[in-house]
Amino acid sequence: MRRLSDVIVLTERNLIHIAREPLRLSDVTIQPVLFTILFVYVFGAGIVLPGGGSYTAFAIAGLLALNLTTSAIGTAVGLSADLGSGVIDRFRTLPTWRAAVLVGRSLTDLMTAAICAAIVALTGLLLGWRPQGSVAGTIGGFALFLLFSYAVSWGCAVIGIMSKDPESAQGIGLIILFPLSFVSYALVPTQRMPAVLRVIAEWNPVSSVTAAARRMFGNPNPSASIQAWPMQHPALASLIWSLALLALFAPLATHLYRRRTID
Amino acid sequence: MASELMIEAHGLQKRFGRTVALDGLDLEVHAGAILGVLGPNGAGKTTAVRVLTTLAAPDGGSARVAGHDVVADPLAVQRSIGVTAQDATLDEVLSGRQNLVMVGRLAGLRRGAARARAVELLEQFNLTAAADRVLKTYSGGMRRRLDLAAGLMTRPPVLFLDEPTTGLDPTSRKQTWQIIRDLVADGVTLLLTTQYLDEADELADRIVVIDHGRAIAVGTAAHLEVTISEHDPAAIGALVPLVAGAIQVSHGGRRLRAPVNGGAGLATRVVRALDEAAVGVDALDVRQPSLDDVFFALTGHAAEEEEEIVGATAQ
Repeated sequence: MRRLSDVIVLTERNLIHIAREPLRLSDVTIQPVLFTILFVYVFGAGIVLPGGGSYTAFAIAGLLALNLTTSAIGTAVGLSADLGSGVIDRFRTLPTWRAAVLVGRSLTDLMTAAICAAIVALTGLLLGWRPQGSVAGTIGGFALFLLFSYAVSWGCAVIGIMSKDPESAQGIGLIILFPLSFVSYALVPTQRMPAVLRVIAEWNPVSSVTAAARRMFGNPNPSASIQAWPMQHPALASLIWSLALLALFAPLATHLYRRRTID
Repeated sequence: MASELMIEAHGLQKRFGRTVALDGLDLEVHAGAILGVLGPNGAGKTTAVRVLTTLAAPDGGSARVAGHDVVADPLAVQRSIGVTAQDATLDEVLSGRQNLVMVGRLAGLRRGAARARAVELLEQFNLTAAADRVLKTYSGGMRRRLDLAAGLMTRPPVLFLDEPTTGLDPTSRKQTWQIIRDLVADGVTLLLTTQYLDEADELADRIVVIDHGRAIAVGTAAHLEVTISEHDPAAIGALVPLVAGAIQVSHGGRRLRAPVNGGAGLATRVVRALDEAAVGVDALDVRQPSLDDVFFALTGHAAEEEEEIVGATAQ
């Protein structure tokens, strides 16, 4: 119970930060709108989907993947900023659960990811995207995205703990997450990618979660014709990926955090 | 003084790379007492506080706070202490009130209790008017007061204040002193570090002087002043018969300081003796010994700007 209360207090603290400095949220509010419009109208104009279907209907799941993956960088930046300030020392002299700082941060980022997902979806709806699947399927698709984003944010926690300041945390996060987002089936049908990149894209968790969501939203999903296992079982693959990332990064981040916060 | 020990450290060692921060530090503070830990920058004061407040793990030695080992049972130590660190350790983006409530809740208070205690402390520390302003807008003195208040949220029996007045203007400094005196009247045990000699003299029952990570002198202020005379005497033949202890030479031999047993005509005799030894005197000052003198005597280097006792110019 004490642990839960510590997590709640620290999550509340992060939410007060957001309320006081809402511009910091621009990467989950303004940026998704820009990306969505940019991809649908600029890139979408030049992309023909194999098997037909509108690019808008195809792209929204990919834009959810792109935005939710890159928004996890917020965890790296926020944690790194905390570690660089004296406030962590204050927490550490209190009888507080040590990992509460990490859990509180990841929960905050889960909430901002939900906001981000809602903004992308609303923008998509305005541009003509419609989920065609069942209500449960559509909710399930969003749930898979949020779970994946949560898992990635624990990876970003590791980056945040290992970076010396928020700027380098942001830089390293982008270097890792941008290629991860783009070398995937998220935004383009990849049939014409070079072979090596195509294999990477097929096994990329971003592709799995996008393909699963497309299927659940009832949107065009050209990767269904690809024989690679994750493309045939995208929902299962994205679940396995998310849980595996969590199982790896949550203990790793906790361990590194303990090491970094004791002289 | 048979009361129980609330803070005890034995042979604490701490190294950062090649820098030795603590080199066998011993400390003892009885319940309800105030220990002033005095030393220049880099003496190891902050490291000592960090080890005692579970922020740093010692490389050697042992320490207990409120009866709990800082390494084996940090949680029990954390439940017994309040800490005000040298650097600001509160959240810049939260208001004063929100900071206090957060700290109180993380220390285990329920929401209602934390809020009530915050109101009380904001009032006591004269911060009520600023309670709902973001910390960024606070002055240095207000921040220190809030930092102190944060350390008091759970009414801990043991308090650590690391240089509580460094960087404060004289008024804020006096206010902070008053707050500390009030705390002690409430019976808390307090360890206070400072580089200000007057502060240690003003507040502490006992003083430990540390330098290079080791306690080089322990005692009451009065006791420490006596140890001056135990320092190695310098060979200034003319003065030796007139002074009561070590003669310290500084400023390239142009400044001499020595303890004396005051008496009628002492200054006259000093000037005459120096004159007979063909030493010209620029200025002469006889005054009560201060902790500055103690500090100089113990560490061999000055802590703050010095005042002259005896100034002499060799011809």
